[in-house]
Amino acid sequence: MSRFLNLAAAAALVSVFSTAALADGLGLGRPATPEEVAAWDIDIRPDGAGLPEGSGSVFDGEEIYAERCAVCHGDFGEAVGRWPVLAGGRDTLASSRPVKTVGSYWPYLSTVWDYVHRAMPFGDAQSLTDDETYALTAYILYLNDLVDDEFELSRDNFTEVAMPNADGFFPDDRMETAVWAKREPCMTDCKASVEITGRARVLDVTPDDPTSKIRTGTATSEEAAATQTDEPAAGAATQVAAVAAPDPELVAAGKSVFRKCQACHAVGDGARHKIGPHLNGAFGRTVGTADGFTKYSKAMAAAGESGMVWDEASLTAFLQNPKATIKGTRMAFAGLRKDDDLRAIIAYLQAHPE
Amino acid sequence: MTETTRTSRRHFLKGGLIAGGAMAAGPVLASGDPAILEVQPWANQLGEGVDARPYGVPSPFENHVRRRNVEWLTADPVSSVNFTPLHELDGVITPNGLCFERHHGGIAEVDPAKYRLMINGLVDRELVFTLDDLKRFPRVNRAYFLECAANSGMEWRGAQLNGCQFTHGMIHNVLYTGVPLRTILAEAGVKTNGKWILPEGADAAAMTRSIPIEKALDDCLVAFAMNGEALRPEQGYPVRLVVPGWEGNMWIKWLRRIEVGDMPWHHREETSKYTDLFADGKARRFTWEMDAKSVITNPSPQAPILHGKGPTVLTGVAWSGRGTIKEVHVTLDGGRNWHQARIDGPSWDKSIHRFYFDFEWDGRPLLLQSRAVDSTGYVQPTKNELRAVRGENSIYHNNGIQTWHVRANGEAENVEIS
Repeated sequence: MSRFLNLAAAAALVSVFSTAALADGLGLGRPATPEEVAAWDIDIRPDGAGLPEGSGSVFDGEEIYAERCAVCHGDFGEAVGRWPVLAGGRDTLASSRPVKTVGSYWPYLSTVWDYVHRAMPFGDAQSLTDDETYALTAYILYLNDLVDDEFELSRDNFTEVAMPNADGFFPDDRMETAVWAKREPCMTDCKASVEITGRARVLDVTPDDPTSKIRTGTATSEEAAATQTDEPAAGAATQVAAVAAPDPELVAAGKSVFRKCQACHAVGDGARHKIGPHLNGAFGRTVGTADGFTKYSKAMAAAGESGMVWDEASLTAFLQNPKATIKGTRMAFAGLRKDDDLRAIIAYLQAHPE
Repeated sequence: MTETTRTSRRHFLKGGLIAGGAMAAGPVLASGDPAILEVQPWANQLGEGVDARPYGVPSPFENHVRRRNVEWLTADPVSSVNFTPLHELDGVITPNGLCFERHHGGIAEVDPAKYRLMINGLVDRELVFTLDDLKRFPRVNRAYFLECAANSGMEWRGAQLNGCQFTHGMIHNVLYTGVPLRTILAEAGVKTNGKWILPEGADAAAMTRSIPIEKALDDCLVAFAMNGEALRPEQGYPVRLVVPGWEGNMWIKWLRRIEVGDMPWHHREETSKYTDLFADGKARRFTWEMDAKSVITNPSPQAPILHGKGPTVLTGVAWSGRGTIKEVHVTLDGGRNWHQARIDGPSWDKSIHRFYFDFEWDGRPLLLQSRAVDSTGYVQPTKNELRAVRGENSIYHNNGIQTWHVRANGEAENVEIS
């Protein structure tokens, strides 16, 4: 017993000593394992610090880009809608419409590798392998005419790539400008006349405010209660199981194929329209008629008016080659090439009725 | 905006102005005001009991007080921004549910049981903390504003959005509870060559920014509470970084890791974005501090004067990323003459200040502006003074003086003046 007490006392002593050894600390937290640090420490620096072993070619990058990036960034990095433009824009920075791309603006190539690897594709982040990231980075350089089509990027040649706007930045110098120097504000008779030179209402780009209460003092309790319930009713999604249930394995495979779609489309509980309509109930519905979606192309609306319905045949054709199947569709997706993917995504959509 | 909604909105506004006028004129019945003479339902019937609203929400009469976005600004609502309704607020603290949101990969729903904060890089001990660990460090309470670098960014080329919610609403002011970052860094022991930190988020954007070690050891906080309760998911639950006075993008939400290094990382959000492009095509970078700025929130386009002439309360907010606000000046005549506004409420470092100017409106049109002077003596510039230095391609860091044109009927519009 006394021996046990001695041991306990010794242990207490050790703990006091080890606390003292952490001169500035409380001894909270625990050591990070090397594996944990490796799992989270994925950042890359301009000097190449952090780059993993690996390589990827323009050729490989083109295929990955078409499948995973072109849907938002466009086939040539020109961008779809308001998604970021990746290529071009050289010699525009001093113009009234600067186009800031990897080629025209980004000072460091490491930023591309780091960002693509940590945050892209949008909606499926950190799914690219190191080699795929090298390949995509090489392809983005190619889109910007900075390398030729034979180029292969690797950790070894990474820091040799010259970025056109590497010298385009200067440090914060606000304190050296006229704006900073102003110190004695005028209080009286500061100017002779004042003219209105611009008005927001001319542009008319301010969002309308459906619940605006520029208060009248006359709103009734009923009105207030009515504005309170403008959330979609949760019960409206009651599912009707009429058609034969799709193969669960295909549905599961379809879920992973759907990652290619989810930057623009949502599906499942609470799905709402994004760039494209939500796809609950899309299977079996007349083309171009998702309730509340207002951004259909004329071509898509016309296809629906002519009686086209989203069934297995029409979805297969459309998802294989959207632009050829409905000419003029706004869907910028390049298309699914593998039959397995097509069958899986259709099963997945079928598994999500209205 | 469609023709119908525009018309109906005008109609609504007009109706409001008439009704407002009637209210100002007093009771309409000879015998008195029906609001007094008649027994109201809430005076007659019992209301809901204590458990009806276990987490309270505002009165249904306040349903119009909401964050709003500007759809055309971004490709998608996932990587987007909405705006604090400044014209509906008073005092200096922004309620948690109205703090504007800016996400780059949507709202991460982090399970606090799986929350970890890692410190790695140039430290003596690479460490991992749980949320419970963080709550065992001595903590502090500090109120700070958080302003997005792009606040007012749509106004560089001229008056564009008609409402202070949209022109100035990428800001909130919150009382944080958290642990000084220096305490946590000391636990890991920063090596002498550790000159920068890289905080990183756990969200699908894995947001990162490089911050110099001087700032990290000065006033940054690792915060887990806002205005007395746990952080909201959209503000980084369970843990965010607080970087007082510096652009909002650096206040990493869903903070999962802080790396210590010897040079900056030059990641996307500090090169491709959040850099200030000048007219000559060169760009200023690492513009961290948010310079002194102010805006009149009432009256403003979304908050017209409804009561007609007579005693009028003009109010607004002012802030500086370099200290406190020393003075706010207000002009009613487009900058010909300025008046000292009254600052009321707390004057905290790098926190929103509330100002008032109480005046007798004669019913004639007004050109309203406010001008902040901070504790360094910096005077908020006009938009044209900023443009003279920076051109119109900047996007970020627009702290120029805002003008509202108030018409005789009390309506207000975002304008620019000579």
